[in-house]
This record gives sequence, C-alpha cells and structure tokens, in this order.
Amino acid sequence: MTIDEKKTIPEHIDDKLFTVKYKCDEETHLKPDQQECKKCAETPCTVVCPANVYEYDKEQDKLLVGFENCLECGACRIICPAGTLDWKYPKSGCGVTFKYS
Amino acid sequence: MEREVVDAVIVGAGPAGITAAYTLAKEGKEVVVLERGDFPGSKNMFGGAIYAQPVAEIFPEFWKSAPVERSNIEHKYALLGDNDGTVISYRNGDHAKEAHYNSFTVIRAKWDRWCAEQAEAAGAFIVPETLVESLIIEDGKVVGVKTEQEEFYAKVTIIADGVNSLLAKQAWDYPEIKPDHVALGIKEVIALPKEKIQDRFNVGEDTGVIYTILGGPMQAMVGLGYVYTNLESVVVGLGITLEDLAKSKTKPYELLNKLKKHPVIEPLLEGGELLEYSAHLIPEGGYKAMPALYKDGVMIAGDAAMLVNNVHSEGTNLAMMSGKLAAQTAIQAINKEDYSANMLSLYRKKLEQSFVLQDLKSYQDVIRTIEKNSKAFLGFYPKKINEFMNQFTAVDSVPKKRKYIKFIGDVFKQRSLSLVTDGIKLANLAGGIILK
Repeated sequence: MTIDEKKTIPEHIDDKLFTVKYKCDEETHLKPDQQECKKCAETPCTVVCPANVYEYDKEQDKLLVGFENCLECGACRIICPAGTLDWKYPKSGCGVTFKYS
Repeated sequence: MEREVVDAVIVGAGPAGITAAYTLAKEGKEVVVLERGDFPGSKNMFGGAIYAQPVAEIFPEFWKSAPVERSNIEHKYALLGDNDGTVISYRNGDHAKEAHYNSFTVIRAKWDRWCAEQAEAAGAFIVPETLVESLIIEDGKVVGVKTEQEEFYAKVTIIADGVNSLLAKQAWDYPEIKPDHVALGIKEVIALPKEKIQDRFNVGEDTGVIYTILGGPMQAMVGLGYVYTNLESVVVGLGITLEDLAKSKTKPYELLNKLKKHPVIEPLLEGGELLEYSAHLIPEGGYKAMPALYKDGVMIAGDAAMLVNNVHSEGTNLAMMSGKLAAQTAIQAINKEDYSANMLSLYRKKLEQSFVLQDLKSYQDVIRTIEKNSKAFLGFYPKKINEFMNQFTAVDSVPKKRKYIKFIGDVFKQRSLSLVTDGIKLANLAGGIILK
C-alpha cells in the first residue's frame, strides 16, 4: 500500500468492513425463509443492511446471506416485509467486537 | 437440591444494565450481569457524547478517572444543500471548566468497560461472553434467565438487552418495532493527529466540537448526520429511519460516503485513516411505542424499553436513569419480599416523576410531525435557507431589491398556502412540547 492510498478513507464497503473485528460463528444466525424471499418484490434487506450482508441472486432465485459480515444491528429483522427473517444474536462471545465506536 | 436465587439478574452490560447493577450492588444486593459481548461495550456504538450532569449523578466527578475523550465546548448545526451549507454555531468557554462540563465524547469499548468496573468494585458480578437465550417463567412470573450453559434464578430480573430486545417478547406482548419507529445509525471513526484536530476545529488539547447535520445527501429524509471529535480521531456518521432508507433505495454507507464528500464536511476529515466502521439501531418510537415497563418479577430499561429522545440525541442518559430507577424499585421489592407487578409498578411512577417520561411525553408527537412533513421541513426549507444565503453573499451586479422580491416570490409560488399551515404545524409542535 502506498502512502497516498493509505491516506484515502475507503469508499467500498468491503474496505470499511475490513476495519471491523469479528469472531466468527460457523453457523449462520440469520435465517431467511427463502419461500417468502422469492415472493418479495423489493428485498429491502439488500438496501438497508449496513454490512451488505444480503444479495438476491436471480439465477438461483435465492437470497444470499453473508452472515460473517453482520454488524448485529437488526435492521434486516425490522425491514423484512413478510416478517419471516429468523434473526438471532450470534452465540456467546461470537460476532462483532467494536473497539473504537 | 434447592436452587440458588440471587437478588437480581440483569441482562446486558450497557448503560442501563450497569447503572442498575451498580445501584443494587452499592446497597449490598447480590447482582449478576450477563453480557453477550467479549466485554461490556464491545457490541455498543453511539454517535459520540455522554452528558456530564446525569452521569455525575451516578458516578460523581467521573471525568477525573474515566476514559473520556474531549469536553465539548461548541455545538454546530449545519444545514447542508447539495454543495453548500449554512452553519450556526454555539460556543461556550465555560464548558471547558470542571464546574460547567456539559458533555464528553467517549469510545464505548473504553467507557462502558470503565462503568462496568465501577459496578464490579461495588460488588456486582459481571459475566461476559454469555448470551441469554430465554426468560424462565413460572406461573406467569419471571423468575430468572437461561443462558446457553446454565440457569440463573433471581428475585428480580432486569432486561437491558438493547434495541433488539428478543427477551422482552417472551415476557409480554412486546410491540414489534416498525420501520418508521427506528433509525439505522452508521459511523466511521477516522484517526487524525491531535494537532490537526485542534487546528481544524479550533479547540484545545482536551476540548471538542459537535456537528449536528441536516440535509446534504439526506435531503427530505428523516435523518441526521453528525461529527464528533475524540482525542485522536474524528467521528462522522448518520442516522436515518429505516423506512426512509428503504424508500431511498440507497445503501446507508453510500449516503455516508456522500456526506463525507460534502464541501462543509470533507476538509474536517482530510488525510485521516479509517479506524473502524460500525452500525447500530436507534429506537425512535418514543412515548407511544413504549412497551409495558414491568411485569411480575421483571422490569425493562434503556433502549429495550425504547427510552430515547432522538430530537436531542439523548439515549445513554435515559438508559442510565431508567437503570437506576429500576434498581431502586428492585431494592424496595427485595426488602419487602414482594416481586409482584403491583410492587414493580413503582418503577413506572418513578420514571414518570423524572425527566425520562416527562420528556418523552412532551416530545411524543414531534417525530411523527417531522416524518409527515419531511419534504417541507427537511427538504424545502433547508434548501431555501441556503439559496437565500447564496444570494445574500453573492455580488453579481443584480439590484438587491430585484433579487429579494424574486426570492420571496419564488417561496410563495412553490409553497403557496402551505406556508400558513407549515407555520401552524411548527407553532403546534412548539406548543405541544411545552403543554404536554
């Protein structure tokens, strides 16, 4: 990394998430009901999630969930139009640890 | 085997839970706090400032030993257009002095941990890395909680598990939070050398500045941006109702990227390095969306009880006060050996007598009114103020009189009769706050 690059505050979400400390659970704590997701027109979870956890894959007709990046805010749980997202906290000691926030 | 029953079990080692634990422990009560994170504060994030007076009521002269960053001496309100902005600034030199401290920026990982250490020193037992899975309910009464590993029985349970209170739903008909009753907060902490911060914000070694930001990339949306100064970092963030965010079809971090590029904000951050990105929800339903605050054997405090006054960026102080009052109620209950809902109803009475419910009551309609009129109040008028300032400061050889008549004419044309109703709405809002 050159000095100039270092001094630019990153714009891409992956670079932002790179600053976050995670202890990863192997099993997902976010379980959407894929049948309901198929019917969902807007998939607002893919918009509001601050960690870009959700992506709708049209080819597979499936909501992809990158739970490893979850910041545990709960926005997806509340915005889910069908209210069918099974949202839990990661297991004890797992998930995100904020150090400077 | 007879089961062990402690005086109180508290779920969550945030401001509400820790204040409750500290208050109980100081009275010699046996109290256990269960925290799901690695350490108290590790899952927490907020804008940036705690308030001196309410915190000092619980931890007197905390600034002498607590890890505070900067004492805020200036509050700037920035009304942003697309590429311009009007900033109103209030500075109070007294706020740099111990007798008049107003607020301090803090980093939650350090601050919450310090508060937890005070509770531990008073005798509270804090268990980190422990997720509570459910409440233990017997004969309709809450008698403790169950973690992944074991069960904790208590005379009184205090739920302080934050905005996504999954536990509260198990005890009662907890209203599901609606997308317009909650804001998503995201922020970036950007490292900068001390001297740069002092120069850029015109402050001393341990004084700081708060920016509250309206408009910019959030024009006509129900949301606010902010900037806070830490000792060696600057915080920039925003909070927007989930409803407006979903409607905007813009990812929250893209809005924040735009805010960071705004000409009023960009120079404050230039040359910095991103230390951490974080996110959290803010409960904004207020007085009308609050759940019942107590049941047999259990009380609920802080964000879990939706005790936030978003208009004034107040949350931690309401959390701490509610934790303290829940603990005081628990102490009375334990001393009388009565853990019934009837006994614990004292908690609500104490909250009603304090600023917590009095403020939430006064402000109960404010956010609804702003939401309903966001296009006007957070879009049209801020834009017009910047347009006016632009014309007022421009020197362009157009006669001033013609400019002003055109400006006023445009406002009337664009807003017409709504001008009167907007005025009435604003007057009603102000009147409501005073009368309710």
